[in-house]
Amino acid sequence: MPPLPELPAATPVAWYLLLSAVLFAIGAAGFLFRKNIITVFMCIELMLNAVNLSFVAFSYQFKQVDGHIFSFFVMVVAAAEAAVGLGIILTVFKNRNTLHIDEVDSLKN
Amino acid sequence: MPPLWLIPTFPLLGAVLNGLFGRRLGKAVVSLIAIGSVAASFATVLMVLNGLGMFSASAPEAPHIERYFTWIASGDLNIGFDLMVDRLSAVMLMVVTGIGLLIHIYATGYMAHEGGYYRFFAYLNLFMFFMLLLVLGANYLVMFVGWEGVGLCSYLLIGFYFLEKVASDAGNKAFIVNRIGDFGFTLGAFLIFANFGSLDFGAVFSKAADMPHDQGAGLFTAICLLLFVGAAGKSAQIPLYVWLPDAMAGPTPVSALIHAATMVTAGVYMVSRSAVLFTHSPIAMDTVAVVGLATAVMAATIGLVQTDIKKVYAYSTVSQLGYMFLACGVGAFNFGIYHVVTHAFFKALLFLGAGSVIHAMHHEQDMTKMGGLWNKTPITFVTLFAAALAIAGFPFTSGYFSKDAILEAAHGRSPVLYWIGVVTAGMTAFYVFRSIFMTFFGKFRGHGDPHESPISMTVPLMILAVLSLAGGWLFNIGSYLEYLVPKHGEEHHADHMLGYIATAAGLIGIALAWLFYVAAPSLADSFANAFKMPYRWLLNKYYVDEAYDSVIVRPIIEGSRGVLWRGMDVGLIDGIVNGIGGLARTIGGGLKSLQSGYIRSYAAWVVIGSVVIIAAMSLMGGYR
Repeated sequence: MPPLPELPAATPVAWYLLLSAVLFAIGAAGFLFRKNIITVFMCIELMLNAVNLSFVAFSYQFKQVDGHIFSFFVMVVAAAEAAVGLGIILTVFKNRNTLHIDEVDSLKN
Repeated sequence: MPPLWLIPTFPLLGAVLNGLFGRRLGKAVVSLIAIGSVAASFATVLMVLNGLGMFSASAPEAPHIERYFTWIASGDLNIGFDLMVDRLSAVMLMVVTGIGLLIHIYATGYMAHEGGYYRFFAYLNLFMFFMLLLVLGANYLVMFVGWEGVGLCSYLLIGFYFLEKVASDAGNKAFIVNRIGDFGFTLGAFLIFANFGSLDFGAVFSKAADMPHDQGAGLFTAICLLLFVGAAGKSAQIPLYVWLPDAMAGPTPVSALIHAATMVTAGVYMVSRSAVLFTHSPIAMDTVAVVGLATAVMAATIGLVQTDIKKVYAYSTVSQLGYMFLACGVGAFNFGIYHVVTHAFFKALLFLGAGSVIHAMHHEQDMTKMGGLWNKTPITFVTLFAAALAIAGFPFTSGYFSKDAILEAAHGRSPVLYWIGVVTAGMTAFYVFRSIFMTFFGKFRGHGDPHESPISMTVPLMILAVLSLAGGWLFNIGSYLEYLVPKHGEEHHADHMLGYIATAAGLIGIALAWLFYVAAPSLADSFANAFKMPYRWLLNKYYVDEAYDSVIVRPIIEGSRGVLWRGMDVGLIDGIVNGIGGLARTIGGGLKSLQSGYIRSYAAWVVIGSVVIIAAMSLMGGYR
């Protein structure tokens, strides 16, 4: 197997992780504070992809393929989750005529 | 010779047939099955006893034992299902099946217009089965099966009119009081097994007989007193006699068969069967004699003033049973059983006659509402009069022989016993003739038109009347069973004077009853007024029921209610269970508020949780 090309040494791994953390925090904050279910849903995708970024960064850093595999798994799950999640959102809208997240609370107590 | 197991099997078959199919069979078939099964049993008894040569005076004293199968084998305990016949059980077999047959016939007439006809005869046949098992059993356990079984049937038949609270209460009382006695019986049996290693009559008695009389007195005393507790329960002795008067709530044939002639004598039979054990313990013997005599006196005094005709005879039964135990207690087991037999004749007759009177009076039992019945129910009058003569000990009637023999034997032990017994005999004569005079003499004080009973009722009365008058010298049970009596060195010679005095006491009792209730009826009332206090005590049966109620029954009920129910069950047990449930509910109630239904609050908890976990891991040095 030919050796991997050298990375530009100027970009340390911490930057990727920092970006990943910032993206995750934005996703979590959006999940907690937005009221529209669609937005919340998109925030989940954001968090998943933030994690993906850190996986890939570590994978590159340690020259191991595990992180890549993990990120593929995450993408598969995210795709499935998107299909199911969007289906649920459609059904909720059909039944309740709303996408306000605090009005979907019949699981309480 | 037919096998012994056939004897109890016939009534059992009758009980099964009548109990399972009686409802659909019709009264005639039910009566046929009931009477037929007892008659078959009676015939089998005759054949068996004849085959064993039991009818001659030189009948074998050794028992005839038939062993069928091992019933219980566990370690040292080995109990066979064994039946046996010896002279003692031969006498009892004749009484049980003979009197039982007559009473079955009588009952077909008495119960003709009652509901539950088939049920009545199923119970009655079942009773016969258990009674025969009791008498035939060759060890204490088979005997105990019969013992418990007759108790069960007694309960069922006392509570036969179960729609009336009085009857079902009386059934419960009989059963519960008998349980106390049975407790003594079982403890006695345990003690016998623990010390003799067997419950078999033959094995136990031969081991006991080999022991010298001055050895193991404490053991024998304990065994015998425990057995006597059982006998006192079944045979209605102080302090367990209280159930028998109440048992009169059952139909009259039941009173005659179970509560006069057969079942209540089971205690006397058991004590006589265990004669070898009892004679080893002078203390137990004296206890039996004193308790018997005390019961005889007490019940006789109560009988003096009762106005319910069946209650009079019930107390009379208790009193006569006391005589039988007096006989056993002074060592005259043969005369005890002699009195069992003669008492079965005249007391069954008294009850059946009373039943005939009650039948004639349309279920009126109060003697103050009777009177002058002698020409309306002549057969009942004559037969009942014969029974009264017999129980009063009128010369040459059956009661004369057995009662005089008992009193003479008591005199041999102690003149005090004799004199108290004589006074009681006088009272016996008085209350029985009081009942006769109140019922048949004087003016009719009731309502309606009394009529003589049907032939199915009068024929047993007549047969029993003949037996009551002549049974004493026809069947000399006293000498037939003499082998039960321990041999003493000195020769016992009868003192004729003792017999004359006892007979005179009976005659005086009859004369007084005549004076009080026929010649000068106002005398009885003025007598009652003159002795108000004792009269009220007697009328209320010495307040024994009330005393038991407040000393035993009420504390148990209150204790069960206040301590066991409200304290233990509700307070402690329910408290623990409910406390645990309540704790879970409280914790859950606290946690419930976390579950708001808002997705974002769940998400917030997840975030907070993960932050806490990550923080904790970082503080502890991170994941390695």
